[in-house]
Amino acid sequence: MLIKMTKALDIKSSEITPKPLFDDRRRFLKTAAIGGVGFVAGTIAPSSFANEGHGKKFIGILPSKWSKESVGEKFTDYKSVTSYNNFYEFGTGKEDPLTYAKNFKPRPWSVIVDGEVDKPGIYSYEDLVNPHKLEERVYRFRCVEAWSMIIPWVGIGLANIIKQFGPKNDAKYVAFETLNDPDRMHGQKRKVLDWPYREGLRMDEAMNPLSFMAVGLYGEELPNQNGAPIRLVTPWKYGFKSIKSIVRISFTKKQPLTSWNMAGPQEYGFYSNVNPEKSHPRWSQAKERRIGEFLKRPSLMYNGYGEEVASLYTGMDLNKFY
Amino acid sequence: MQQNILIHYIFKPVVWALCLSPLVGLVWLFHSGGMTANPIEFLNRYLGEWALKFLLFALIITPLREITGWAGVTPFRRLLGLFAFFYAILHFASYIGIDQFFNWKDIWTDLIKRTYITVGLGALTILAVLAATSTKNMIKKLGGKTWKRLHKWVYVAGLAGCLHFFMMRKGVQAEPLYYLMFLVLLLAYRWVSHIRKQRQRTSQSEAQTQA
Repeated sequence: MLIKMTKALDIKSSEITPKPLFDDRRRFLKTAAIGGVGFVAGTIAPSSFANEGHGKKFIGILPSKWSKESVGEKFTDYKSVTSYNNFYEFGTGKEDPLTYAKNFKPRPWSVIVDGEVDKPGIYSYEDLVNPHKLEERVYRFRCVEAWSMIIPWVGIGLANIIKQFGPKNDAKYVAFETLNDPDRMHGQKRKVLDWPYREGLRMDEAMNPLSFMAVGLYGEELPNQNGAPIRLVTPWKYGFKSIKSIVRISFTKKQPLTSWNMAGPQEYGFYSNVNPEKSHPRWSQAKERRIGEFLKRPSLMYNGYGEEVASLYTGMDLNKFY
Repeated sequence: MQQNILIHYIFKPVVWALCLSPLVGLVWLFHSGGMTANPIEFLNRYLGEWALKFLLFALIITPLREITGWAGVTPFRRLLGLFAFFYAILHFASYIGIDQFFNWKDIWTDLIKRTYITVGLGALTILAVLAATSTKNMIKKLGGKTWKRLHKWVYVAGLAGCLHFFMMRKGVQAEPLYYLMFLVLLLAYRWVSHIRKQRQRTSQSEAQTQA
């Protein structure tokens, strides 16, 4: 059944005439509408991203508790954020995603929502994004490989998106899947991981205000290599939890399987919270290299977001639930 | 005589230039911004991969000589092996002096706690011993047979190098496996040729006894 559905997603927009016309109109109306907001917001906050990137710019991004003003850390430069990526769907080299995701078309895009929810179904990108206001979140991003970045994301609080689906009380976990289409993601032709890429969160983790669905960075639409068109960002966890190019969100009673845990259970746990005291079996997690800096710096518990998330794990043995 | 001149004045400089070309490439990558957003990691991986490549190049020489029957390639085996050691030392130095920036406490924990680093250090130690005993004087001192036996450890170094590379990567990645497959191919050739030589020897001695 799922195969059928994924196939349905592959239909080229050119094959269904009314849909793109419809989308275009909606997009036009929306752009016109938020353009108005953008004008106002623009006069308050001068655009700090004037010289960045080449993607479509979002207008009317709202500030948040984690905006650049409040975080006060220097952003990792745009080029590094968009050229140094782990996205094995496009190859295992750090610059492979930049090279091989170039021709990837992230639209039209749909996400299957299923499991313990009142409103399951196939949601288009626009269905997910349009009902919400876009926010800016400047987060530290800590890769399990002990490097880190500061990234200004654009997107929507995950909780807001989840509420849209009406999760049932039985929904204890949220599972995510990345697109599985070797024709479009050539790295999937090799079984580096058991595709599709899978990730998951406990429901309370997903509803935490920090959990974020990003659709952009640096004020622009997500570049393909960063997980276009929609990806998760959970800044207190190692980067691989922040699953990219999501096509499925399932609400489950049981803890879902996650890709890296399947590949190496003793190295990557379900939680994978940043924890400088818990070593990866092959390397230390005590320090990290901020991209653009020479010396390593000490890593912070929960990547410095303890205030927001530590309470999620009270009473849990973090050496066991890593 | 003419072949000596050819080797001395043409092949040797060319091979030396080729052996040093990864360093030239590095300078070029540095200037063109081709070292990714994490140049420290890039430098370390780049040097490590070249060490492994040169080790495999050195191991090609013997099969090449046996297959082509051209003895002219033999002197380059030592050169390539020494360059493998050279790049391995640079790889190690970049880890100590740049990646860890002489943080001896962290380096020590790495060496004893991280298996892939222990394995890598093992390979480097073997290469150091082989490099130190690579001179003509050392061959004389040790005696041909002992020297040959000692230098068989290069196979262990090669396997340890491939293992080090494989363990360092996340998931089952193709690149380290290509190196390993190539090494296995080179070792398999030696094994087959060893068996063939043994058979020849026995059949020769049989022929002698019959005569």
